[in-house]
Amino acid sequence: MSETSAWVIFIAAIFTNNILLTNFLGMCSFIACSGQIRTSLGLGTAVTFVLTMTTILNYVIYHFVLVPLGLVHLQFIVFIAVIAAFVQLVEMFVERFSPRLYFALGIFLPLITVNCAILGASLFMIIRKYSFIQSVGFGLGAGIGWAVAIVLLAGLRQRMRYSNIPEPFQGVPIAMVVTGVLAMAFMGFAGMVSIQ
Amino acid sequence: MADKQLACMTCEPKGLCGGRGLLTLKDGAWANNPLAIQILGICSALAVTNRLENSLVMGAALIFVCVGSNLLVSLLRKRTPHRIRMIAEVAIIATFVILFDQFLKAFYWDMSKQLGPYVGLIITNCIVMGRAEAFALQNPPILSIVDGVANGLGYAVVLAIIGFFRELLGTGEIFGYEVLSGQWYTPNQLMILAPGAFFALGIVIGIFNAVKGPEPEEKK
Repeated sequence: MSETSAWVIFIAAIFTNNILLTNFLGMCSFIACSGQIRTSLGLGTAVTFVLTMTTILNYVIYHFVLVPLGLVHLQFIVFIAVIAAFVQLVEMFVERFSPRLYFALGIFLPLITVNCAILGASLFMIIRKYSFIQSVGFGLGAGIGWAVAIVLLAGLRQRMRYSNIPEPFQGVPIAMVVTGVLAMAFMGFAGMVSIQ
Repeated sequence: MADKQLACMTCEPKGLCGGRGLLTLKDGAWANNPLAIQILGICSALAVTNRLENSLVMGAALIFVCVGSNLLVSLLRKRTPHRIRMIAEVAIIATFVILFDQFLKAFYWDMSKQLGPYVGLIITNCIVMGRAEAFALQNPPILSIVDGVANGLGYAVVLAIIGFFRELLGTGEIFGYEVLSGQWYTPNQLMILAPGAFFALGIVIGIFNAVKGPEPEEKK
């Protein structure tokens, strides 16, 4: 188990090892929902919450259920079931107790089940052998990092609407290239801290 | 839009696999390429393309999973209650992904290490789910296999193109053999790092758009 403190992992997951810009996870909704800052902010919040919670849940299930029973090879199917169930639960809970939050996040919650950043974070946590506290830091950092990246791109895309882009590159291709520039900017943080 | 068109074509019964098999193949691999035209499943396309070898293995993985899940979903399409079809699809896809992952771990440990979590992430790859939902649920097994091969192939080809250029420009090598001599070519490290992936995919999609000609954009 690595000795890095949870705080360092938290910072690294936001800046140097951004789950979107260096690990390319959650690209589908990243490209599809980055048209407006308001929308992307809502999605970013929902992803941060679900990602943190499912990372914790999956940590507990992996180490206290799957490992003792020797069912490690079933991790994919168990993780995806946990994520789907959790999202469903949150949706019902939020709808019942906080209608305002439900209207703010409502549409985004089902979308999150298929966001690969969520499953990816759980898999990274297993592969990198994080402890419990480290997992919490990583989950929170990864979620916030994803939210930061999508809000940044949404801001850029709002401005790009008025620029003159060659026709074949309009829409997705230019968004990819801009994301590349964004990733390059984030590489500037690289020397700061590092996790494997 | 194109999917609707395809669905219409497949409604007309014209023999099982006669003209339609070829059409399905062409549609999946080129005209409706999942990666470059429909922009599905780009996470793994960006992540594993830093070397050509990785891209090929990933392409093979997707063909295998796509064919397997399409076949099984199609075979069970009349027995699956409509309301739980999503969960059934995910379970089927996850089964095939686990099979491939265990195979890699058993025979190609290094490759499994390099691909890391991205094999597992095929479960959330929208291409596989999309084909199961949009095609295999309505079509007979054999045609579904063809569709799986076509879409897997379309994905694998684009992956191989990106992998080829990223490895070539990033290290000057192909499959680990030096192609661009170090004397006159300085490898551009940027291409194997994250930004290079975004640039490469953006340019490939742009070129696909340019070749296909302008299309009225009516999405969103």
